Amino acid sequence: MTLKLIGGYPEYMRESIEMVEKTRDQRIKEKEKEKELALTDEERKEVLSKFHPDYAPGGKRELRVGVNQGEIVPNEVADILEAWPALNPDEVDLNDIDYDVDVLVIGGGGAGTVAALWANYEGIPAENILIATKLRHGDANSMMAQGGIQAADRPWDSPIIHYLDVLGGGHFANKHELVKALTEDAPKIIKWHEELGVMYDKDEKGNFIERWGGGTSRRRMHSAKDYTGMEIMRVIRDEARNREIPVLEFSPAVELITTEDGEIGGAILWNMETKEYYVVRAKSTVLATGGWGRLHIRGFPTTNHYGATADGLVMAYRAGARLRDLESVQYHPTGAAYPEQIVGLLITEKVRTMGATPVNKYGERFVFPLEPRDVEASMFIRECFGKGNCVQTPTGMRGVWLDSPMIEELQGEGAIRKNLDAMYRMYKRFGIDMTKDPILVFPTLHYQNGGVEINANAQVLRGDGSPYPRFFAGGEVEGGVHGKNRLMGNSLLDYNVFGRRAGISAAKVARNSGKPGKLTLRHVKAFTEEVRRINVPPERRSPILLPDYRGKRVLARKIDLPVMQ
Amino acid sequence: MGKKIEILDVDSRQIMDDIKKAASPPEDVEHWVTIYVMGKPYRVPAGLTIMKALEYAGYRFIRSSGCRAGFCGACATVYRKKGEYRFRTALACQTTVEDGMYLSQIPFVPANKATYDIDKIEPTPTTLLEYYPEIARCVSCNTCTKACPQELDVMYYIQYAIRGDIKKVAELSFDCIQCGLCTLRCPAEIQHYHMAQFARRLYGKYYQPKSKWLERRLKEIDSGIYEKPYENLEKIREDPEAIKELYYKILYEGREKENKLVEDPLELMGED
Repeated sequence: MTLKLIGGYPEYMRESIEMVEKTRDQRIKEKEKEKELALTDEERKEVLSKFHPDYAPGGKRELRVGVNQGEIVPNEVADILEAWPALNPDEVDLNDIDYDVDVLVIGGGGAGTVAALWANYEGIPAENILIATKLRHGDANSMMAQGGIQAADRPWDSPIIHYLDVLGGGHFANKHELVKALTEDAPKIIKWHEELGVMYDKDEKGNFIERWGGGTSRRRMHSAKDYTGMEIMRVIRDEARNREIPVLEFSPAVELITTEDGEIGGAILWNMETKEYYVVRAKSTVLATGGWGRLHIRGFPTTNHYGATADGLVMAYRAGARLRDLESVQYHPTGAAYPEQIVGLLITEKVRTMGATPVNKYGERFVFPLEPRDVEASMFIRECFGKGNCVQTPTGMRGVWLDSPMIEELQGEGAIRKNLDAMYRMYKRFGIDMTKDPILVFPTLHYQNGGVEINANAQVLRGDGSPYPRFFAGGEVEGGVHGKNRLMGNSLLDYNVFGRRAGISAAKVARNSGKPGKLTLRHVKAFTEEVRRINVPPERRSPILLPDYRGKRVLARKIDLPVMQ
Repeated sequence: MGKKIEILDVDSRQIMDDIKKAASPPEDVEHWVTIYVMGKPYRVPAGLTIMKALEYAGYRFIRSSGCRAGFCGACATVYRKKGEYRFRTALACQTTVEDGMYLSQIPFVPANKATYDIDKIEPTPTTLLEYYPEIARCVSCNTCTKACPQELDVMYYIQYAIRGDIKKVAELSFDCIQCGLCTLRCPAEIQHYHMAQFARRLYGKYYQPKSKWLERRLKEIDSGIYEKPYENLEKIREDPEAIKELYYKILYEGREKENKLVEDPLELMGED
């Protein structure tokens, strides 16, 4: 190996770890006092305005096309919204329909699977539902969520208190009807999961073991070790398979189909392996394509899965849907900063809720561990780049320590293996024992706070605010629920609540209406004209479907021959 | 609440540029290794994961790349090292490349899942055998356990399954990411991960006790008692200062008091 490592860390990082160890006993004794570090509203503003990537100048620009023209979004998002459509509408024959279904679900992650299940519960036969997805069924951020899912079911909690937490975390910008739906449906979702056989962590009486989340005023985070997302996703996927709901994998939607009467009538899918396109006509369409993590906004590493390229935003925007809160990006405070192999990967918030405190290179506390995510992330950036109290890794990353051994001291030996086995396993693979040594963290690109605006029935809204009767959205692709900042444990909840509502609404429409009107891709042509007007480079096309991580040298030498295409 | 933090005078834009630079992989490569991708040699920087090394070499994944964080099982990989007889397995996103690796990605695992109606099953010690009879063919060779990139005791849970101990199967298999390597390697043609999924759902549904607090809350919601408070909140929101004040009050109170609310009110009041 190149650098001598002791327990996974080079010697110079060990020196800082020793300082962390020296202050540990005192910090454990004074754990309760951490609350005194919680910031006031004014202080939150000071920290956010200087250290949150959203507020720092240079990262955003005004949109020049479409419904939200004139609004500010991150450059990387503007790039894909102001891009030429990848699909040429003239190459598609809309009269030759490959799939004629009641409900088309675009996206095979959590929201899509929940929507398909509820459409089926509501009486749509499985064979009249189609899930189209870019990767495999279940390859999604839903699978990767670790910490948990919020629901106010303990006696000294209530949906109303949950509502207030969501609202304050979101800087009071959230849409009332959506937060009400989120918090009021939450216990119903947990009940549904119980019935499906999701193995939540429970006490011997059957009540859920619930923990704190950043920015919450009650312990209401339900979890299944630190595989919560995986456990829910694999159960609902199993249920979809039991019900034999058809899934087309590696066949993402690349454009929505509209109708002559201004509705959504299905989508064009593209088989990434054979390059063939499929025309899907649907009585109702559910958009469940997830978020934008793989756009690497402001050059940040990301926690997100390979396919998180905001395809749904692009398609819906071209079809005339309204977007909201897209200027706010969620950076998770604790992404791995070391070792290099896992930079950016999620270190669940549960590590902090179990008692680990963030400390700087000298082993000093500098932040209340459970601020809302944007505040916590800003405080980490402040400590690293504002004050310089960070540890630099051999590859140049900077980070602060998350003192994980505290968990074993506070919760008893074995608590990490019992509750944070995924984390333990990941670090172990790279030679680090997080039960004995702290781990180095830095904020990482995590979540799309906003998205396609919906109403409480999960109907997508047009530019003028009126809902599309046949078009629905659930999960990370939609916006309005979380305002300008989502709290932990509310994304798993979001995809369940609005995936379910989208599925129920889609089924209702499919039951009560005939086939959609005459199919058209007119909107794509119209959008192309708008793009022409603003002088976009010809190679900028979207949806981009997958990021490109190929080596620079290979790309420089890559040529396309006019054969074998 | 809140201790004044000092005001720092900083250039935010510069900080963001610095972060971008810090997070980019270093330009200079000091150490290289040679890997063999399906037999073809490529020189790649040492220290990359198998997945990133393949990309560095010029491969662009459609299959075999999913969450890229060790949770989805899409990047199951098999390999041998030069000069070694041993057959190894890995997750490409969670394993560092080594010199002389002969690598192959598994694009798909053919395996059949039993279909069932979870609501209509009454689990007994023979339920797992009824739906997955092939588990009885286990020859205890432990190849599944050796193949598991999560280091689970796969063979043990198969043995518990044969004995009908659903709880043990559920617990031992809980961290399964369903990559399918066990199933590909099994000489007895067992489909471990599907069987284990079935066991976990049975355990979650029929063996874990149901939450009474949850039942109670559902009744409250159905009764409509929260409708009025929701309306009130909407009204309070019309005054931005009032809603902010309420939010911080509830937040601080909750953080102070929550830990003291440890009694079980259902026990104090008697169950309804």
